[in-house]
Amino acid sequence: MNAPAQHPAAVRTTCPYCGVGCGVLAKPDGRGGAVIAGDPEHPSNFGRLCSKGAALGETLGLETRLLHPMLRQNGALRRAGWDDALDRVGDGFSRIVKEHGPDSVAFYLSGQLLTEDYYVANKLMKGFIGSGNVDTNSRLCMASSVAGHRRAFGADTVPGTYADLDEADLIVLVGSNAAWCHPVLYQRMIANKRERGAKLVVIDPRRTATAEEADLFLPVAPGMDTALFCGLLVHLAGTQAFDSAYVDSYTTGFAEALIRAREIAPDAKAAAQLAGLAPSDVARFFDLFTSTPKVVTCFSQGVNQSAQGTDKVSSIINCHLATARIGRAGMGPFSLTGQPNAMGGREVGGLANQLAAHMSFSAVEIDRVGRFWNAAAMAQREGLKAVDMFDAVSRGEIKALWVMATNPAVSLPRAGFVRDALGKLELLVVSENVTSNDTVRANAHVLLPAAAWGEKDGTVTNSERRISRQRPFLSLPGEARPDWWIVTQVARRMGFADAFAYRSAADVFREHAALSEFENDGARDFDIGALAQIGDNAFDAMPPVQWPARAGVAKNETRFFADGRFYTADGKARMIAPEMPRPQADLSAEFPFRLNTGRVRDQWHTMTRTGLSPRLGAHLPEPFVEVHPDDAAENGLRSGGFARLTSPYGSCVLKVIVSEGQRRGSLFAPIHWSDEYASAARVGGLVTPAVDPYSGQPEAKATPVSVAPVEFKYRGFALSRHRLTMPAGCWWARAAVAGGEGVLLASDDAPDDWRARARSAFGADCEIAEYIDAPASIYRMAAFDGGRLVGCLFIGPAAHAPQWDAVKALFEVEHLGATQRRGVLSGKSTDGLAEPGPVVCACFGVGLNTIRAALRDSTATTVEDIGKALRAGTNCGSCLPELKKIVSEKSCVAQPA
Amino acid sequence: MTGGIGPGTMSEPLVIIGNGMAAARLVEELNKRSLGRYAIAVIGEEPRLAYNRVLLSSVLAREVSRGDIELKTAAWWRKHGVTLLYGHRAVSIDADIRRVRLANGATLPFAKLVLATGSRAIRLNVPGMDLPGVITFRDLGDVASMEQAAKTHKRAAVIGGGLLGLEAAYGLAKAGMDVSVIHLMDRLMERQLDARASAMLKDTVEAKGIAVHLNGETAAIKGDRRAGQVLLKDGRSIDADLVVVAAGIRANSDLAVTAGLDINRGIAVDDHLQSTKADIYAIGECAEHRGVCYGLVEPAYEQARVLAAHLAGEKAAYAGSVLATNLKVSGVNVFSAGDFTGAPGTESIVLSDRGLATYKKLVLKDGRLAGAVLFGDTLDGLWYSELIRTGAAIGAMRSDLIFGRALAERSLAEAAPPQPKPLAA
Repeated sequence: MNAPAQHPAAVRTTCPYCGVGCGVLAKPDGRGGAVIAGDPEHPSNFGRLCSKGAALGETLGLETRLLHPMLRQNGALRRAGWDDALDRVGDGFSRIVKEHGPDSVAFYLSGQLLTEDYYVANKLMKGFIGSGNVDTNSRLCMASSVAGHRRAFGADTVPGTYADLDEADLIVLVGSNAAWCHPVLYQRMIANKRERGAKLVVIDPRRTATAEEADLFLPVAPGMDTALFCGLLVHLAGTQAFDSAYVDSYTTGFAEALIRAREIAPDAKAAAQLAGLAPSDVARFFDLFTSTPKVVTCFSQGVNQSAQGTDKVSSIINCHLATARIGRAGMGPFSLTGQPNAMGGREVGGLANQLAAHMSFSAVEIDRVGRFWNAAAMAQREGLKAVDMFDAVSRGEIKALWVMATNPAVSLPRAGFVRDALGKLELLVVSENVTSNDTVRANAHVLLPAAAWGEKDGTVTNSERRISRQRPFLSLPGEARPDWWIVTQVARRMGFADAFAYRSAADVFREHAALSEFENDGARDFDIGALAQIGDNAFDAMPPVQWPARAGVAKNETRFFADGRFYTADGKARMIAPEMPRPQADLSAEFPFRLNTGRVRDQWHTMTRTGLSPRLGAHLPEPFVEVHPDDAAENGLRSGGFARLTSPYGSCVLKVIVSEGQRRGSLFAPIHWSDEYASAARVGGLVTPAVDPYSGQPEAKATPVSVAPVEFKYRGFALSRHRLTMPAGCWWARAAVAGGEGVLLASDDAPDDWRARARSAFGADCEIAEYIDAPASIYRMAAFDGGRLVGCLFIGPAAHAPQWDAVKALFEVEHLGATQRRGVLSGKSTDGLAEPGPVVCACFGVGLNTIRAALRDSTATTVEDIGKALRAGTNCGSCLPELKKIVSEKSCVAQPA
Repeated sequence: MTGGIGPGTMSEPLVIIGNGMAAARLVEELNKRSLGRYAIAVIGEEPRLAYNRVLLSSVLAREVSRGDIELKTAAWWRKHGVTLLYGHRAVSIDADIRRVRLANGATLPFAKLVLATGSRAIRLNVPGMDLPGVITFRDLGDVASMEQAAKTHKRAAVIGGGLLGLEAAYGLAKAGMDVSVIHLMDRLMERQLDARASAMLKDTVEAKGIAVHLNGETAAIKGDRRAGQVLLKDGRSIDADLVVVAAGIRANSDLAVTAGLDINRGIAVDDHLQSTKADIYAIGECAEHRGVCYGLVEPAYEQARVLAAHLAGEKAAYAGSVLATNLKVSGVNVFSAGDFTGAPGTESIVLSDRGLATYKKLVLKDGRLAGAVLFGDTLDGLWYSELIRTGAAIGAMRSDLIFGRALAERSLAEAAPPQPKPLAA
């Protein structure tokens, strides 16, 4: 009988990337990795995964992981025990609060945290330290949607569900490159288009991959979305689509909103002019919207990351309220969340302008939450939002900061300023997965090893309010611990043991659910009271749940607002009159371009996870800037060259991609590259600190910049099994490759300098192979260890930059064959080249395999034939004896390659 | 002894003096082109059929047998109607009456005469050269002497670290002797290799158990009744019971003197390999073409081919050979061709792999390949020789050239621009 298979079962969990919240099946391989597949039963993705999700298995390695606490001692970070580290954090925060008051400390959290982590951190700061200074990287991502929702609905409510994307007849994507940033949802939209004929309108300054499938693409001028939707509101008001009964009964502010809309865009033509669009395209959009009741308007960072993001959200919601197209199947405004748990963070109130559980800082709510928590010191007012928080850090007003699961030294506007500010803190605590990132290197005093995806246990909420479990399928490595545990331990040290007596994530979740229903009675949208009593086993097995999940309700509604009941004081929705749209900062002769920032398909945030995947690194390995061809020509930029982007806050050097899809006068650069991954590509360092007045969200997509060509004499690449340290003064970008890392580089340093560097980088223990074409300024080297390629460096004139694909392929091979090794430094593939074998005829360079092949296929049967066919043996004849032997051999098996 | 009678009654007598590799190749080439036009007689001093001299060290190393190195069988010579006079020495030529006199007094008439007398080893002008145990390395007789010495003696010294010397040293080592190579210059094979390849060669030779003494100028060979030591001018002394002198060769041109031919370092020939007298030709190591005496088999074969064509009435001219060197030492692949010194105006490309002990240097001039040195990986030597010979423009192949023909030619094909589409009407 066979023994039962020892393979563990697949664990159901949730993807840690975007806000779609796809279900993942992770099957541990027993060697610290896992086989990843989409969960066919998860209602968000039904088994599909995007490129990032599918490559999760490549990101589980421990090479870059922080595995034990570290404390700064005498200027250097040194390994420490948990007790010492937690004491340092607890004592530090207690002391600074005591000396300088609660607002002298802050937490900066992340949409990567689980709801349970978020909950305890928020509770500690707002209920026990007594400050509202909890903000999160969701501020950079979702805050304008939150503000827009709260302004219109009285609560941060996403009215619709993903099913609406299947049932809509018109899908409008505003400021969303869903094809790259929410790929699984985008495929759902495309399926609707294909199967039901739904129309797709894409509104974006940039012709992205998403626009490729659009029925109508509107290349809106940066920041002018509001003009377009004001024009739409004006247009709708005069059509059958306008639902005066709904507007009259369930909303207020329509008249003012319409007057303002008319001021901004009295008609389609005016809207077109403001938005920089063709009037006929705008008219077509308005007609489509008007004549299609089932319309979903999805919006994302193009709307949110704006100094007028909240107004943009409002102008979109206005159009849906005016037509009562909200909360019904296939209809509604739909915010696509950027992060896996931005929604969960919003639910616990992990933003400076929220208190907890969708409650804010009214006296009643402060009192209610305080009673529920049995709080020692309730925060009495909103805290500082992200940009203001780091300003306060820089001014020295905030003296202790705890950063969890995010990298503000890269991602915040003026990232350079932020990094400098971090250096001024008395106490910088960083809870991290990785040993090094730009924030860690900004003078962190305490590093705490946090559990990572695959180890963490808790819940996340996706864009459609669906709470899914993230379950562990790997054991905690080293001394890593869950974030909720770390915060709990610190809270206990600060004297709050009773309120932080959690033993598990389930304990935290139950309390979170209980707070959501505490004195609620339908007054608050967020209510998951049905889960407040969930047992540990049931929590472990909990299937995805969409909220609301009110206790005692047999079947909760899955959508909001079709019934016209809103969460404002009077129960009516507010229609908002937006301000005249314009980007906050004007262009100037010095900074004549508008810099748009965003994501690329295969990277996530600052690459600390996706940067580990060779597959993902292959898509767009270098930080780049996209430029319109005419702008490129006028500014001396060429595709494949380099450009320096400069704003008043910083500068970057990026690879140039000339693209017709780019709008004239606009540049696009991805946000992902940090100082860990590139020499000068921290695009956050350029971004203006201008923020939306309501949401505090930075205007990340409209910074005035200048652009100028940068020339390097030489370009090349290196591959290595270990991390390479790059010299100052050269341009470089790191990318994961199978079995190591790759570095693309450009430099003015001569090939001889690189030769010296390569020889020291790859050590004396390796066998070194070199290719030197000094007159052509080409130097290439490869280091071998026992037949395995362990490193290489290729450098040559920039005009003929070496390509790394073939070498990368050889780098993955465990043991190189003779022909492969011979060809490594050619940089070309040796696939399909004959393996001639050892030389038999030296005069004519004829190898043993070639001769045997000729004998095998009967090209030759005698030594004379071999001479005629291959010339072997016909010159000096010294190989004739060997040829005779070969011919006489019975077996003619070619030597293995 | 009378002249050979060829198959055709109208055949002109063609006499070849020398029964070596050049002669054998000439006969072979002639038989391809002009069967019956000439009645061929070959006069050879060595008492045996022509053999492959290149393989002498392999015989010594017992990698091949004596029989294996015979170039053509007796039957082959017979079948092709060649009168073989081996074991005979030609002593003079009377160009006016067109006759060759042999040592036994016989004379042979000729219509055409080809001198393929080869070369002989240079003997050093130092004391002790006449001692027993001091030999050169030229023919099977020398091999026999060396084999004999190996049976009774242990220590051998080879004077000369060139191609021939190293091959002799290798053969002696394989035959079981402790071998030292004494070389005048500061590196081995300095005329065929650059410094780096020479150094690698030295390492490889030493790894085979052969001692190498560089900068060694022989002062004397000492010994009582037999060679016992080689004394160098700087005072070094190397014990050796057998001393093989392989310090260079000199063209055998004594016979040509009797014919009144012009002689420099060798017998002066023109592009038809004709000497300064009509119908008398010279090929191989005895000939000097455009001031160059070649010491390798390949130029001899090229000359044989051109001369055969010329004698067959075809238009053919010899323009000189690109020197390509292959060292015949088992497991040591060394190749060089053309001008690899890296003279001003040239560009060098180098590829090396320390782990594989390979090294390649290509020297380009004006966008063409001018020279090549290969160590360890000689697979593409011939291709490089051809590129040097034809002077083909390297162009886009430059960066792939050193990685060998297969890769370079494929890359070239892949990079070729697509055929232009015909313009629409």
